[in-house]
Amino acid sequence: MATSQMSIWELLSPVPPGWGGTLLVGAASTVLISACAFSIGLGIGLLGAAGKLWGRKPLIRLLDLYTGIIRAVPELILIVGLYYAGTDGLNRLLASLGLPTIEVNGFLAAVMVLGFVQGAYMTEVLRGAIQAIPAGQLEAARAFGMSPLLLFRRVMLPALLPNALPGLANLWMAITKDSALVAVVGYQELALATRLAGANTKHYFLFFFAAALLYLAITLASNWVFARIERRVRRGQPVVE
Amino acid sequence: MNFDWLSRYLPLLLDGAIQTVSLLVISVSIGFVLAIGLAFARVSGGPIARNLARGYCTFLRGTPLLIQLWLLYYGVGSLLPMIPGIRQSFLWPILREGFFFAAVSFTLNYAAYEAEVLRGALLAVPKGELEAARAAGMGPLLLIRRIWLPRAIRIALPTIAGEVVMQLKATPLAFTVTVMDLYAVAYKVRQDTLLVYEPLLVVTVFYVFLTLLITRVFKGIEGQVPIRR
Repeated sequence: MATSQMSIWELLSPVPPGWGGTLLVGAASTVLISACAFSIGLGIGLLGAAGKLWGRKPLIRLLDLYTGIIRAVPELILIVGLYYAGTDGLNRLLASLGLPTIEVNGFLAAVMVLGFVQGAYMTEVLRGAIQAIPAGQLEAARAFGMSPLLLFRRVMLPALLPNALPGLANLWMAITKDSALVAVVGYQELALATRLAGANTKHYFLFFFAAALLYLAITLASNWVFARIERRVRRGQPVVE
Repeated sequence: MNFDWLSRYLPLLLDGAIQTVSLLVISVSIGFVLAIGLAFARVSGGPIARNLARGYCTFLRGTPLLIQLWLLYYGVGSLLPMIPGIRQSFLWPILREGFFFAAVSFTLNYAAYEAEVLRGALLAVPKGELEAARAAGMGPLLLIRRIWLPRAIRIALPTIAGEVVMQLKATPLAFTVTVMDLYAVAYKVRQDTLLVYEPLLVVTVFYVFLTLLITRVFKGIEGQVPIRR
């Protein structure tokens, strides 16, 4: 076998006989999935938090059910279940409308499922952050005649970001690692790309270790970015040691 | 919804539940002991021990559990047979199993998360209590055993409950390395009967039930040692 004579650097090199390129593409795909799912989760979270704070009784019940179930069930089961339920449900809907069934894009399905799961956690983080805003600030903004949208943009958002940011940073770290779970439903991101490289060359240890370092690099870089953002949104606040 | 398969697969589901629970119990109990060592290394160790413990925690908390599991199962698992004589040793039947690798990687991962929690709790124990213990003439080991550790564990208890639930939710990953845990049984049912949702639903109910049980047990322990506020 030719691969068994290759050195570590040849195996990891980014040009085709090496598998470094595959790993890097996988890592980029992991970051892309995570970023898309994070944004979807943020959208769901904002709506969910607004619904929980200002919605009617039945809506609050429904949202409690959503966040409760999502946070109690193992992520792997959620991802596999929602993946099949989502694609299957969509095709049944299309069939009932008399349209041909479609093959759902793996990337889209992975992003939607992860975003839906993130949304439940986001809802709780944002709800807590909004509740921590002093009521007087919002009342003052209303007294000045700000419309709800302007109030959200000018007062609520800047006031909730410092409270929500540590929670959001945690969720981002969680999703970069949870996105490895979509490997189980067969979408090729870093984890699956690594298994492929390992299976082809039999150098499992080397490739999984390299993948671990890539994930670690993503985590450490995100740490740094979030620290910068937090410093920015906390500008003007008294420094707590 | 069709649950006719339930009676036929009940023994298998029970076996799966036992595998899931034993993975949880093994990783939490051994991981907790490791975490105590790591936390003390980070709080009161020398510079070498402190940095080693910190590097360990960063690495295991910064990479997905799935990658750690596959690194052990495929990576270390493919290197193990190269050790001479290991195939003849009495440990080989254990070392061959996916369960062994799942248990080891879950334990190491749980230890890293728990060490962070314990580190915070150790630092949160009021200085005065430690000084009082020293003034009463306690040696370092006695101080840890009687005052520092018990107080820290009590402080960390609510967080530990959360960590144990998180660990339970991580156990289905073991199915990717051929362990027949609860989730793997649901997967098998799906392959045999072509039912997608029913087996997942049954297994989910079991996980939620276990989650409630864990929270109840920890509430009970917390009630045993009330904290005065």
